[in-house]
Amino acid sequence: MVINQMLNRIYAIIKKEFRQIKRDIRTLILIFFFPVFLLMLFGFALNLDVKNIKIAINNRDSSPESREFVQMLQSSGYFRLVGYIYDEKDISRFLDEKLAQCVIVIPKDFAKKLGSGETAKIQFLVDGVDGNTATVIMNYMNLASRFYSGKMAQEVSSRSGFKTYIPVNPEPVFWYNPDLNTTKFLIPGLLSMILILTAVILTCLSIVREKELGSMEQLKVSPLGSLELIVGKTIPYTVVSLFVAAFTLAISMAVFKVEVEGSYIMLFISTLIFLISALSLGIFISTIADSQQVAFQLAALSTMLPTFILSGFIFPIESMPVAIQILTNVTPAKFYIRVLRAIMIKGVGLEAFYMDIISLVIFATIFLTISTIRTRKAKAV
Amino acid sequence: MNLIINFIKKEFLQFKRDKRMFGVILIAPVLQLIFLGYAATLDVNNIRTVVWDQDRSYASRDFISKFEKSGYFSMEYHVSNYDEIKNLIDNGKVLMAIVIPRNFEKDINSGKGTDLQTIFDGSDGNKALIAAGYSLGITTNYSVNILNTMVERKGLKDAVIEIPQVEPEVRVWYNPSLVTRKYMLPGIVGLLIMLVTINLTSLAIVKEREIGTFEQLIVTPLKPSQIIIGKFIPFSILGLVSMTIVLTVMRFWFQIEVRGSVITLYAAAILFMISTLSLGLFVSTISKTQQQATMTSFFGVMMPMIYLSGFTFPIENMPTWVQYITYIIPLRYFITIVRGIVLKGIGFEDLKFEFAALLIFGIVLLTVSSLRFRKKLE
Repeated sequence: MVINQMLNRIYAIIKKEFRQIKRDIRTLILIFFFPVFLLMLFGFALNLDVKNIKIAINNRDSSPESREFVQMLQSSGYFRLVGYIYDEKDISRFLDEKLAQCVIVIPKDFAKKLGSGETAKIQFLVDGVDGNTATVIMNYMNLASRFYSGKMAQEVSSRSGFKTYIPVNPEPVFWYNPDLNTTKFLIPGLLSMILILTAVILTCLSIVREKELGSMEQLKVSPLGSLELIVGKTIPYTVVSLFVAAFTLAISMAVFKVEVEGSYIMLFISTLIFLISALSLGIFISTIADSQQVAFQLAALSTMLPTFILSGFIFPIESMPVAIQILTNVTPAKFYIRVLRAIMIKGVGLEAFYMDIISLVIFATIFLTISTIRTRKAKAV
Repeated sequence: MNLIINFIKKEFLQFKRDKRMFGVILIAPVLQLIFLGYAATLDVNNIRTVVWDQDRSYASRDFISKFEKSGYFSMEYHVSNYDEIKNLIDNGKVLMAIVIPRNFEKDINSGKGTDLQTIFDGSDGNKALIAAGYSLGITTNYSVNILNTMVERKGLKDAVIEIPQVEPEVRVWYNPSLVTRKYMLPGIVGLLIMLVTINLTSLAIVKEREIGTFEQLIVTPLKPSQIIIGKFIPFSILGLVSMTIVLTVMRFWFQIEVRGSVITLYAAAILFMISTLSLGLFVSTISKTQQQATMTSFFGVMMPMIYLSGFTFPIENMPTWVQYITYIIPLRYFITIVRGIVLKGIGFEDLKFEFAALLIFGIVLLTVSSLRFRKKLE
C-alpha cells in the first residue's frame, strides 16, 4: 500500500518532467544537435600525433656524410625540411618566429671526426614551448642519431674485414591499435565528456529553475518525499541521456569507424550506470546552487574541467603526482573512459573493468544519499 | 553617464548578494590552475613492464637491468608464458612486454644476432610511441656497445679499429626543463577569462527574462547601448580580477614569471573579453531559457574554443579544413599572445597580427550582438 502510493507519486513526477521536456522542443533539439556537432568536429580535429616536424638545417660541413644524415631524416617521413640556414644569426630567428620546431646544427668537423673513428656531435635545438611535442622530437632525434651510428659502425667494421651483425634486433609490436591512431583513443573521452555535460546540465538546471521560479515551494508543500522527488527527477533525464548516448555512439561508429570489440550489453549497462552517477552529481549541484548562474559555474567546474584534466582523457594518470592521482577519483568520467576503452579498443570483458563499474556505483550512491539528506533538510526548513 | 553608473552599481549589488557566485568566481580559478599545473603532463616516465625471460642468462639479466636503470621502465611482473602477458596487457596492468628468446646470449656471442620481441598496448598511441622510442634507444645502445667490445677484443693489435659514433646534443629552448606545465598554465588564463565572462553574460539577459525583470529594463530610460555597457563593465572587472589571481598563483606557486610586458597582456585580455562578452550576449539573445543558454554556451562556444584554440591539441596536427576553422576562434589568438608574452617575453611588435585579429573579432561580434539585443528590446 505504502509502496504503491510512493510509486504513484514518483510516476506523477516523471509524467510532469516528461511533459516539460516535450514542451521545450528547442532544448531537446539542442541536446541532440550539439553532441553530434562536437563529435564530428573534434573527432577529426583531435589527435596528438606528432608528424611533419618542421626542421631547418645549419650544415657547416658540406660532406657526403652530413648530407646522408639529412637525407635519412627526410626519408623517415616524420620531418619536413623548411630550409637551410647559412648564417648562424638566423638560427634564433627560425625558432623565435616558429618557422622551425627544431634546428639541426652539423659541425664543421663532422665527416673528419667520423672518418677518424671519433665521436661527432650534432646539435639539435628544439623549441620547448610545447613540452610534449618537444619530448617527441627529442625522442626522434635521439633515435635518428643512434640509427645513424649503428649504420656507421657496421660500415666501418665491415670495411675493416670484421664480420658484422646486429646483436639485438628489436621488433616492436603494437596490440589493439597497430597504426597508433590517437583519435581512436580520444573518442571514448570525448563521448564521456559530452554525456556527463548533457546529463549534469539537464538535471541541475531543471531543478534549480524550479527554485528560481518559485515552483519548488509548491513541491515542498506537496506530500512528495525527498527520495521520491529525486528518483522522479532522475528517471526522465536518464532516459533522455540514454538516447543521447546511443545516438552519439552510433555516429562515432559510423563516422570514425570506431568498432565495439566487446559486448554491447556490457556497453549498455556501464553507460546506464555512468549516466546515473552523472545525474546524481547534477542533483547534488542543484541542492547547493540557488540560481542557475551558480549551477552553470558549478557544472563547469565539476564536469568540464575535471573530465578534461583529471579523467585520463588526455593526460596519463600514472604520470601525475600521487596526491593528484588520488584526486582523479572525484570524476566519474575517469572510470567510464576506462570501461569504454576496454570495450571499444581492446574488446576485453568484465574482468578487466569490474572495479571501475563498482566505483561508478559507489559514486552514484554517495551523491544520491547526500542529495536526499540535503533535500530533506531543505524541506524541513 | 549617471544612469550607467547606477546600473553598474545594481549589477555589483547583485553579485554581492550572491555570495556563492563570488566564491565560485574567485576560488575556482586557483583550484583549476593547481590541478592543471600538476596533472597536465603527457610525459611518460613510469612504463609498467612485464618480462618473459626465456634465456635466464647473464646477458639477458644485464639487458633487462639496462631498462631498469634508464628510469623510464619499472619491471612489475616476471612471467613464464604468453597467456600471462596477454592477460596483463588486456587488463591494463602493464603497458609493455619484453620477450627475451631462448638463445639470447648464445646468439649474441656467436655473431648470429637475436630478435627481441617487444609488445606494446597501443590503445594510447602517443604513450605507446614514446615507450617504443625509449626501448628502441636502449636496445640500439646495447647493440652498439656489444659491437664495440667485440671489435676491441678481436681487432688486430697493429690496426686498431675505432667505431665512430654520432652523439646527439639536444638543447631545448624557452622551456629547458620541458615541463608541460609551463606550456599549459598560461593558456588557462584565456580559458578562465572565457569561462567567467561567457557564463555571466550568456545567462544575464535570459535570466532577467525568465524572472520577469526584463520588462522593467525595457521601460527604464536606459538605451540598449547603455545596458550593454552597464552589463559588460562589471563582468570585465571580474574577468580581470580572476586573471590577476591566476597570474599571481602562477608566479608564486609555480614560479612562472611574466617575462614580457604585463600592460600589453592586460590590454590583450581586455580586447579578448570584448569578443567573449559579445558572444555571451549573443547566446543570451537567441535563447529562451537559461538551460538553453547554458547548453549553447557550453557546447556551442566553450568546447570549440577549448579544443580548437591549440590549448592542448596542436593546431598543426589538425586536418587542413579544421585548421581554417581555428582562425575564427578568438581564444586561439589570445593564447598565442599569452604564451608569447609570458614564456618568450616577446612584445607587441611580434604579436601585431594576433592583436589585430582580436580587435576585428571584438568589433564584429559586438556589433552583431548589440544589433540583436536592440531588436529584442523593441
